[in-house]
Amino acid sequence: MNLFIDGFAWIFDPAHWMGGSSIAVRLGEHFQYTGVSLLFAALFAVPVGLFIGHTGKGRGVAIAASNVARALPTLGLLAVLILSLGIGLLPAAIVLVILGIPPLLAGVYAGIESVDPQTVDAARAMGMTELQILRKVEIPLGASLIFGGFRAATLQVIASAVVAAYFSLGGLGRFLVDGLAQNNNPELVGGAILVIALALVVDGILAVIQRFVIPTVSSGTRSTKRTARGGAVPPVAQSRTLIKEGQ
Amino acid sequence: MEWVWTNFGLIWGLTLSQVWLSALPIVIGFAVSIPLGYLASRSRVARSLLLSVGGILYTIPSLALFIVIPVIIGTTLLDPINVVIALTIYAIAIMVRSSADAFASVPSSVQDSATAVGYSRFQQFFAVDLPLAGPVLLAGIRVVSVSTVSLVSVGSVIGVSSLGFLFTDGFQRQFYTEIWTGIVGTLVVAAVFDIVLVLIGRVLMPWNRRSKPQLARLIDSKRSVVAAK
Repeated sequence: MNLFIDGFAWIFDPAHWMGGSSIAVRLGEHFQYTGVSLLFAALFAVPVGLFIGHTGKGRGVAIAASNVARALPTLGLLAVLILSLGIGLLPAAIVLVILGIPPLLAGVYAGIESVDPQTVDAARAMGMTELQILRKVEIPLGASLIFGGFRAATLQVIASAVVAAYFSLGGLGRFLVDGLAQNNNPELVGGAILVIALALVVDGILAVIQRFVIPTVSSGTRSTKRTARGGAVPPVAQSRTLIKEGQ
Repeated sequence: MEWVWTNFGLIWGLTLSQVWLSALPIVIGFAVSIPLGYLASRSRVARSLLLSVGGILYTIPSLALFIVIPVIIGTTLLDPINVVIALTIYAIAIMVRSSADAFASVPSSVQDSATAVGYSRFQQFFAVDLPLAGPVLLAGIRVVSVSTVSLVSVGSVIGVSSLGFLFTDGFQRQFYTEIWTGIVGTLVVAAVFDIVLVLIGRVLMPWNRRSKPQLARLIDSKRSVVAAK
């Protein structure tokens, strides 16, 4: 328990907040990696997910890809890609993008697919074009699940960026890896506390956004207790289980 | 390929520790989640409490958890028990949700019938609830199994040896074959675990012959949620 006190003392030591490898700089790097990787992951995953969800084409491929991605060990993937592309921001970013895509893709297509087919048919009967159906019906109705996928992808990327520090990347993971290498327990524990705090705060903020900003379908989507058939898993919960695809 | 044969002893040893380090959390996590999930399916308060605590624990990145656990329980950093405890926490966090949903999916008419026939609560749990919840429990533990096997390798960053050792060592030696061996080995272990779970499911639940791949199953259940509305 004493180590926790050391860890917090390390965090609050002003000396660790100054200079080129300060906590603030590492935190900034972590946000930068996460933000950039999510942006590029979204550029791929959102259109593809919308297409699969709307048309139902390529679902098998997407499912298989998510399954394999879940089983692939992040550490191994990072090792191979960083070794072949060289150490630096770009290869690490590529890995983080690859890791962010599956949860995001799963969330987007599950969100679109969760929309009641009767509702979609009604929209079609009213004369909406396919794009209008997607924009005005399917995306708003599936928004909660889609955002759930984004939340899962965010956590996946944050956690993977920590591991990526092993391969000479910056970010908060540096404190863990350096602390380990130098047998510096205060730095090690302090770094771990920072990583946990970052994950909890970011996920908390996203949870609040999901709760208050993202429209939810009113007809009792959330209370899925005791539905007639098995597996009445709240949809958001499902896309959340898709995270941790082997970070 | 030649490297694999000359180092087969090392790879086999690492595979065995990979198997142990992932089997323990899967089994313990399953055993703990059953009563917790049953409790969560019976009480709304317990459900929201257990699921939110689970959600928060699941949010913690694995490497940080591997480091914090020894500080809390007073083990050394290199003790494999840290990895087992961390992965058990993740397993419970996922599995409590699955098992709560599994027990909630047992039709209340069936439970009422069991009560009417004179089953005690205890009998009802083992003879009615558990078997009927079985298929959803199986789907849940398969998800747990795959993610646990791939998470074990992160432990090699803190020096807990598993197939992940091939990643860190291979990276330092810039040796692709070693890393790929580790990746393939991890996938094989995950696949074998999955097959074993499906086989156990077939033996224990012969009425549930057709076992679909887990994700297809999730999507089906999502459909049924939509259809039930």
